Amino acid sequence: MSERSRAGSSGPRTNQTAKRIAFGVGGVVLLVAIWELYKALGPATGVVVGDLTILPRTTDLAMPHVWDMIGRLFEPTGGGRDAMPVWLAVVQASVFSLGVAAVGWVVGVVVGLLLAILMQRFRTAESAVLPWIILSQTVPLIAIAPLVRRWGSQLEFGDFSWENWMSVAVIASYLAFFPVSIGALRGLNSPDTIHVELFRSYGVGWWKTLFVLRLPASVPYLLPALRLAAANAVIGTVVAEVSIGLRGGIGRMIIEYAQQASGDPAKTWAPIFGAVAVGLVAAGFIALLGVLLRRYRRGEVPA
Amino acid sequence: MSDASDITTAPATAPVVPDAAVQVSGVDKIFTGKKKATVTALESIDLTVAPGEFVSLIGPSGCGKSTLLRLIADLDTPSTGTVTVFGKTARQARIDQEYGIAFQQAGLLPWRTVTGNIELPLELHGVGGAARKARVSELLALVGLSDFAESYPDQLSGGMQQRVAIARALAESPRLLLMDEPFGALDEMTRERMQTELVRITGETGAAVVFVTHSIPEAVYLSNRVVVMSPRPGRIRDVLTVSLGTAQERTEELRENEAFFENVSKVRELLHGEAPVGIRGVETR
Repeated sequence: MSERSRAGSSGPRTNQTAKRIAFGVGGVVLLVAIWELYKALGPATGVVVGDLTILPRTTDLAMPHVWDMIGRLFEPTGGGRDAMPVWLAVVQASVFSLGVAAVGWVVGVVVGLLLAILMQRFRTAESAVLPWIILSQTVPLIAIAPLVRRWGSQLEFGDFSWENWMSVAVIASYLAFFPVSIGALRGLNSPDTIHVELFRSYGVGWWKTLFVLRLPASVPYLLPALRLAAANAVIGTVVAEVSIGLRGGIGRMIIEYAQQASGDPAKTWAPIFGAVAVGLVAAGFIALLGVLLRRYRRGEVPA
Repeated sequence: MSDASDITTAPATAPVVPDAAVQVSGVDKIFTGKKKATVTALESIDLTVAPGEFVSLIGPSGCGKSTLLRLIADLDTPSTGTVTVFGKTARQARIDQEYGIAFQQAGLLPWRTVTGNIELPLELHGVGGAARKARVSELLALVGLSDFAESYPDQLSGGMQQRVAIARALAESPRLLLMDEPFGALDEMTRERMQTELVRITGETGAAVVFVTHSIPEAVYLSNRVVVMSPRPGRIRDVLTVSLGTAQERTEELRENEAFFENVSKVRELLHGEAPVGIRGVETR
């Protein structure tokens, strides 16, 4: 059994990786092909059933060519003297949003973990806190964004003053902490009775058990939660940038460019690509984390 | 680590030893379930285990043998009566690490190597790195797993995992080993080999052992005394002293020995109680 699992880890795995990359690239190519095929063959007025448009118009205004979208990335943003190319503007906005999302993710993960640890430690805390955690996610983001901004702006001590990007990060963390707290709670409770009793027989306290047993055991549950949290943090950042009106990020850029869509349809897509890239970077970071923590994922069934 | 006096085989009879490894007196254990329904798991249990003595608890499922072991390990507390381990309360003995414990499942931590698992108790109790390393290599040699020091549990067979668990239980050189059907999940051949090794290991370390099993030959082969229990409520029905020689004398050939078979039949008779009256497949209730 050991020989088999060891041998199986080198040869076929590289093959599998190549296959996965091929499938990923294939998916993108397929999407482009469908887009262009429909644009070439579909009716200019779109597919309409009754009064309902179920497929979009195929005009350049509604569906620019994929190469136009990409080409637009390398043209200047506007007519100004020192206008930078679109791709650079998008990259700058993406980096900004990614930074805010990362802060939100870290805060969310820390809060989520602390809540999970609290709930694991005290059964009463679980029954008291868990419903609120679930309830918190039913509040629409649009509703809390202005609140967070207003509360934040009232904070001021010493040299510290609340800035709008912090409000955005708070909202991102608000979305991020939820999967972490739920996943971590399951993970912390995942050790078998036999392990818990073994640690009891060693006469070690709850904290030591937490660090040596519960936290390592929670990793297989934690990683998917962290991945969800990263996706949530990115979405939260983009949406909150819009509703709070924070400049410099990808969310605001999407709105700005969309307003120019009638004259410059291909430009609209640039920040969308940027948002996708931010999501990919976030997912890649979690994948990297998973590799670093692979020791704790033995016995985990590859999903 | 083991002093010579510990290696002596247990006394034939078990009088109350002043420094008994385990002393259980007048213990009842009553579990309260839902709707206040109570189950008497153990009733008036008295048991003394001498230092270095190997005692097996045997009985049908539900006779409370595992519960008794858990009381000694302070994983549960008795409803009445007292449990002392080396003269201390069970709780103090647990905190002082007077015993090592092994369960039916090996219960290794999957993210730790064999070495990491064996040194776990040492690490938790702050033993230094060098001392840990020395002790682990000693234990690996003892259980015959020196070549697997850096393997992970999922790369080992069930028998090897159980050997790691035993090494872990022995890590702090306890004077008492508590084992709850440690070979229950193993196949017959591995099981016999493990039994032979356990006899050798306990002979070498001089530790007292309380061993829960439901296999009669296993109990006879391993033990100085076999405690036969009966269910509902769990009681000690009888205690049989098995005199099959010292650990060194108990080899594979013993399994073919006439004395061995005699003892096996004796335990079987005790287990089934007096003459099996009324068991003819007729439902009398």
